[in-house]
Amino acid sequence: MQIEEVMKRKVITVSPSTTIREARRLCQEHRIRHLPVVEGETLVGIISDRDLRDALPSVIHKEVEVDDIYQHPVSSVMKKDVITIHPLDFIEEAALTLYTAKIGCLPVVSQGKLVGIVTESDILHSLVELMGVDRPSSYLKIEVDDTTGRLADVAQIIKECHVNISNVYVYPSKKKGKKNLSFRVETIDPRPIIERIEQHGFRVIWPEKLDVKHNAQEKTQQRMKAKEQNNDGSANL
Amino acid sequence: MGRPTSKPIFIYSEAVLNYFFHDEHPFNQKRIALTKQLLECCGFLIPDQVRAPRMATDEELLLVHDREYIEAVKKASQVSGQSSPGQEHPEFHPFGLGTEDTPLFPDMHRQAVLAVGGTLLGAELIAQGRTKRVLNLAGGLHHAQRGKASGFCIYNDCAVAIEYVRRQYDMKVLYIDTDAHHGDGVQWIFYHDPHVFTFSIHETGRYLYPGTGHVNEKGIGEGYGYCLNLPVDAFTQDASWLDCFERGLEAVLQFFKPDIIISQHGCDAHFYDPLTHLAGSMSIYVRMPELIKQAAETYTGGKWLAVGGGGYDIYRVVPRAWGLLWMVMNDVPVKQGPLPESWLSAVRAHVNGPVPALWLDEEEVLPVIPRQKEIEEKNRLMLKQALSYLRQQVGPH
Ligand SMILES: [Zn+2]
Repeated sequence: MQIEEVMKRKVITVSPSTTIREARRLCQEHRIRHLPVVEGETLVGIISDRDLRDALPSVIHKEVEVDDIYQHPVSSVMKKDVITIHPLDFIEEAALTLYTAKIGCLPVVSQGKLVGIVTESDILHSLVELMGVDRPSSYLKIEVDDTTGRLADVAQIIKECHVNISNVYVYPSKKKGKKNLSFRVETIDPRPIIERIEQHGFRVIWPEKLDVKHNAQEKTQQRMKAKEQNNDGSANL
Repeated sequence: MGRPTSKPIFIYSEAVLNYFFHDEHPFNQKRIALTKQLLECCGFLIPDQVRAPRMATDEELLLVHDREYIEAVKKASQVSGQSSPGQEHPEFHPFGLGTEDTPLFPDMHRQAVLAVGGTLLGAELIAQGRTKRVLNLAGGLHHAQRGKASGFCIYNDCAVAIEYVRRQYDMKVLYIDTDAHHGDGVQWIFYHDPHVFTFSIHETGRYLYPGTGHVNEKGIGEGYGYCLNLPVDAFTQDASWLDCFERGLEAVLQFFKPDIIISQHGCDAHFYDPLTHLAGSMSIYVRMPELIKQAAETYTGGKWLAVGGGGYDIYRVVPRAWGLLWMVMNDVPVKQGPLPESWLSAVRAHVNGPVPALWLDEEEVLPVIPRQKEIEEKNRLMLKQALSYLRQQVGPH
């Protein structure tokens, strides 16, 4: 998925001479946390609601001073080294940049012009879509041999069960010679699929078959153990 | 405590059993008949408490559903009458119909409409002050979306009833969803609406259908903050489940102050349920209704509409869970004792293996979960994160 598929094209911007008061108002009105600063169509900086808050003195200062600061232009507090991204970049790269640079949004710049913006939540949302979680579905995880055709085998079984697959990914297993297949399948009842997959000899890792004992069994086991110990004891006598 | 103006109403007619896909399908409304028989055996349900559901009108369905979708369901009802077994109908797939989960069946539109009508009748009776508590076990079809069937649900009776009391009576509605699956259909329909609070506790969507219901889903725009999700870990047991539910409900009530409570009582969080991975026992199906009743008495003048939902162990779990819910609604002290022998013997004929003979689960049959402490810790952290926004809004006490 590329940035141009997920970016917002209507960007709320300010110019360097916009006052801090106006910028704060824009953030509140549009419920946004970042404002790109542009001269014409050229990006010259960015301010976040946090920069705006930090610009104000703490509450103990007199109102007059606050009022004074409100009149300052945003150019006095904006960040000038802006990390940007290109419309044809992949969202994985955007995710990595947001994560490593610890920032909340990326202006999208093409041929020197600001053409859009992507935020952390846009990227998260597209990842959710990529993983198929935006469509009601159940999750299955299957361990198979790391050889040709295993993905097709399992997909075929799911097809035979007449269930749509909304997402699939393949990732290495910690076990040598194995790999894991993860599917999101569009059914609330994956039991028939699981049964067939197991019949074909593949191992289903999730849903997990927890070794659930019941209290009765546990208690019986404890009693038997106690009895054995007693028996051992008596044998020693 | 205010006494109800009249006895709680139990909405039922044999027609609700016709919401029926096929013999092998896990969703089977026979569980409602079993519940009713159990209650009658015990003398907890008297004939003048029972009211037959009405049909919902197209206009009422249109409160939340798309016209195109309603037409598709109607068409599917006709097609299914003529189609041969095993015949596939891919043209209905975009509407979630004709799938493994929601296969076509004759007259499906009318049957689905009856479930909606039952819940609407309950909402009317309460809003008009004729009674305070109504139970429609045929309702609770919480996965249905505006334009698509999902997870065995065709029309979303909960959402239609919520929108109905919004428009007709301008009530603030608290929707509580105790099903093991996330109440996604209802949540998304009211995601923008600050007059409807949707609260759902469920097994985490990491693995379980539908996959949503994360703590970060809190509503959007005007509706931000009017949605609370508590996704608990697989294999969660009673104490941790109830701790999350009780604290969650408390925070929601302090923040929202509803005019009416509409609660969904899917009982698939029980350790016998075949579709989920939770490890609750019958005790949660006593405690949750009690807490909801208390909430209604404190905040809504007692107005409480309860509906059914999931629950796929139809002999060992559902009749007891829903029977207990009805007892709580009727202020009948919950019995710890045995189920009536006549009812049990009828049920035993259908089950391989032992059938619980008491209302509540016995200590001996409760599962022992190896990582219980870890699961409880994860749930505590989840709860803290989920409630942080509401707690900020309400402020410290
Ligand atoms: Zn469910």
